[in-house]
Amino acid sequence: MPVNIISTENLTFCYNGIEVLQNISFAVQKGTYLGLAGPNGSGKSTLIKNILGILQPRQGNINLFGQPLAAFREWNKIGYLPQRLAALNTQFPGTVREIVQLGMGSKGNSHNLRETLRMMGIEHLSSRLIGELSYGEQQRTMLARALASKPELLIFDEPTTALDPQTRENFYLLTRELNSHHGTTIILITHDTGVLGNYARHLLYLDKKVVFSGTFEDFCASQDMTGLFGPASQHIICHQHDRSNG
Amino acid sequence: MSLGEILSFAFVQRAILAGAFIAAVCSILGVFLVLRRMSLIGDGLAHITFGAVAVVLLIGISPLYITLAALPLVMLSSLAILKLTHSKKIHGDAAIGIVSSIGIAVGIVLASLSGGYNVDLFSYLFGNILTVNQTELLLSFIIFIIVISCVIFFYHDLFAVTFDEELAQSMGIKTKRINILLFILTAVAAVLAMKVTGIMLVSAMLILPPLTALQLSISFRMTIIASVIFSILSVFCGIIFSFLLNLPAGGTIVIFNVFFLLIIFGVKKILPVSG
Repeated sequence: MPVNIISTENLTFCYNGIEVLQNISFAVQKGTYLGLAGPNGSGKSTLIKNILGILQPRQGNINLFGQPLAAFREWNKIGYLPQRLAALNTQFPGTVREIVQLGMGSKGNSHNLRETLRMMGIEHLSSRLIGELSYGEQQRTMLARALASKPELLIFDEPTTALDPQTRENFYLLTRELNSHHGTTIILITHDTGVLGNYARHLLYLDKKVVFSGTFEDFCASQDMTGLFGPASQHIICHQHDRSNG
Repeated sequence: MSLGEILSFAFVQRAILAGAFIAAVCSILGVFLVLRRMSLIGDGLAHITFGAVAVVLLIGISPLYITLAALPLVMLSSLAILKLTHSKKIHGDAAIGIVSSIGIAVGIVLASLSGGYNVDLFSYLFGNILTVNQTELLLSFIIFIIVISCVIFFYHDLFAVTFDEELAQSMGIKTKRINILLFILTAVAAVLAMKVTGIMLVSAMLILPPLTALQLSISFRMTIIASVIFSILSVFCGIIFSFLLNLPAGGTIVIFNVFFLLIIFGVKKILPVSG
């Protein structure tokens, strides 16, 4: 029987009395590569923050790895890269090594650390302060932090906005490898329909409520999605998906 | 008078020891507060301490135990600031302003009721580390051990919350508990620091050494260590110079803190920036 890594039931979240999420129910099974899409303000990041306990829902249930959120303790199973890197405190005196170690928790050792730094191509920056780095290097450091504990679930909120095309491509190839070879469950929030088509195998489309949830085969056959994306975009996404998934 | 002769006095030894413990406590906590843009909480809690000391003096508790007696009131006030800040209806700086105004107002009214500003209340406004007694020395040592233990035990969580509170929450860190811990320890530090620099200059103990250490652009761990070194050095130099030149110790200590900050600023200007 497939294991649900995440499941939500009738999740509703309000901000200043306005419903930002309305009765969201969905499940993510182990090993899924889920693309989370939707227009600006559709509640994508808010949904993730509810799932991670950063925001408190008004009603509804959230389960992580089969446990209610309130009882969940194995946070090192989750790696999260938030969207708002621009808000990073550049005065913060943390070195790249210290920031990546933050993601390792008690599992940290120097071998794991070196391996993670090498994987993200930032080994040579390990003694530099995060505030001294370029935006792209900061992003790679934050990605390394998210990957450091070798989590079973990775959640990326618009992860590659600051990366150059090569690093970006490498990043997505890494997520595919983690997903297909290590069984890591991945949730990717992105506006990039090309990336969705290329890498994700499931799609959750939000607009305050769940508009679409299913596989790419379902997506390509959905008339509702044709209305939202337009026939040309839908066709391109489906074509890319077919090509990259053989 | 030589340095050896000055250091031979028991009251100077007590002052340097207590000052070093308090300076270390303030400079460690200050790193977290400055980086989280909460530096002014020291000022707010100092004003609360003024009110708390006025209450304690009015009740008539022995001056020997004033520090101990003021602690619970200041700790409760620090939690009130935290609660107001978390209500999201009041910004952190406004919350500090509200609670510190109450502290000052209560202090002024109670001082007036007890016949005006007496000598005791003035001594707490401007501090005098040279009058530190055995009880206060012991208390400052105990608080030093408690703060060091808390920072070592919760280092990972404190580091995460200081770097990014939301990110820390996503890692399962109970950020509210860490904030409560930080605020309570800061309240204790503020009460202790009033003996060193006086209520008027408590925030200097929390802000200046971390700010000096931050100019060095070194790792987080080394920033904490550098902050402690600058702080203890300022206390040592401040006490010796105040003794030699017959100056108020609190003010002299803060002037040395500023001096070290200016030195580091100057060195940074002169030396080329690496990397």
